[in-house]
Amino acid sequence: MEHNTMNLTLKVWRQKNNKAKGGFETFNVKNISSEMSFLEMFDVLNEQLVAENKEPVAFDHDCREGICGACSMYINGRAHGPWHHNTTCQLHMREYKDGDTIVVEPWRADSFPVIKDLVVDRSAFDRIIQAGGYISVNTGNAVDANSLPIDKQKADESFAAATCIGCGACVAACPNTSAMLFVSAKVSHLALLPQGEPERQLRAVKMVEQMDTEGFGSCTNIGACEAECPKGISLENIARLNREYISAIMDGDSTGA
Amino acid sequence: MALTGLFLILFLVVHCYVNAQIFWNDGGKQFNEAAHFMGTNVVIRITEIGLFAFLILHIVQGLMLWAKNRSRRSVKYAVTPGNKVSPWYSRSMALLGTLILLFLIVHLSQFWAPNRFSQTTGNGELDLYARMKETFSMPWVVVVYLLGCFALAWHLVHGFYSAFQTMGLAKHRYKKMIKGIGIAFAIIVPIIFALMPISFSLGCLN
Repeated sequence: MEHNTMNLTLKVWRQKNNKAKGGFETFNVKNISSEMSFLEMFDVLNEQLVAENKEPVAFDHDCREGICGACSMYINGRAHGPWHHNTTCQLHMREYKDGDTIVVEPWRADSFPVIKDLVVDRSAFDRIIQAGGYISVNTGNAVDANSLPIDKQKADESFAAATCIGCGACVAACPNTSAMLFVSAKVSHLALLPQGEPERQLRAVKMVEQMDTEGFGSCTNIGACEAECPKGISLENIARLNREYISAIMDGDSTGA
Repeated sequence: MALTGLFLILFLVVHCYVNAQIFWNDGGKQFNEAAHFMGTNVVIRITEIGLFAFLILHIVQGLMLWAKNRSRRSVKYAVTPGNKVSPWYSRSMALLGTLILLFLIVHLSQFWAPNRFSQTTGNGELDLYARMKETFSMPWVVVVYLLGCFALAWHLVHGFYSAFQTMGLAKHRYKKMIKGIGIAFAIIVPIIFALMPISFSLGCLN
């Protein structure tokens, strides 16, 4: 692949803390390699800022392999940047040309308050998981693998839902800040498997309740979440969540709902 | 939204079928007969109350949903993706719905309200065919009706599929079919409605 270097203008959201009023700050970065990842480009920027005795830009990152869900960044109006099925850490600078201006914002949703600069608090997702994203298992020795027969189709669908990394791009991309794609992936992942059966109805109700408590918006089936999801979680999961929720509510007794 | 929306879709089918009777071009004979049945049958009259209740519920729910959802992002994005990740009409349901509501106010004040008024004051039903002919001779009315049909079409493109998705019925197997039927419905029904003022204003119906 052709290698080149570029000079870029970055407009980055800076915000001291949750209470402070944020604003954009413009930076120029030089000699950025086309082989760098977007986050490596930010590392270059931050080294430059540290050398200048300025506060580096805070941003979330962890594995940098596209599988942990830590990185975020809303880049030129797109969650995780312009690439399809991709996280920010896997976005590479070959996407950009010399002289480009890139606007970088944090995920914006009242349920994801900014902690600092580009870092937002996504613990609302953790609380949704705590509300119902668990199963009952017997203690003792681990059961033999494949001792429970599972329909191949269901196993595949469950696995596809389980690939959700909880990055929050669905909320960031949704005009309503709805978390339905995330919740539906977590509910689907367990509802399709026999292991998830005991808490199946309770899970759907509890997780939806917690989602509402956290103040996420309502789903209006726009589909921006599916389009921006780095893991390609399908809207079909939302249809499944709706079925699970409706049947749990109809079946009221077991859920206390 | 989904349940009331589907009921309103059913209403559109009936309304469209009854009104399409004008295309027999028999001077409104078939149409007025159907309109007489719709205007006097007890079951239809009771359903009409339900229809208004569902319509109002749909509007109130829709506006509440719109107000709630737009309040959940206090700091807006500086750059938005436009139509790159979602079609404009799916994000504009409240706007399209409001346009339809404005159209409905005009529409009901021209046909439904005067007819019911005439009925309840003991003057009997109006000749709705003659009324259509007269109303659609005014060019501004035709323009308003075409705009109403346009808004309805886009509202349905998203609304039809969305209702099934909300009720959990848009499974992979049926999703394409539901979307297809929805788009066909969103094209066919508004076009039949639009043809009514157009036919009258072009003098195709006597």
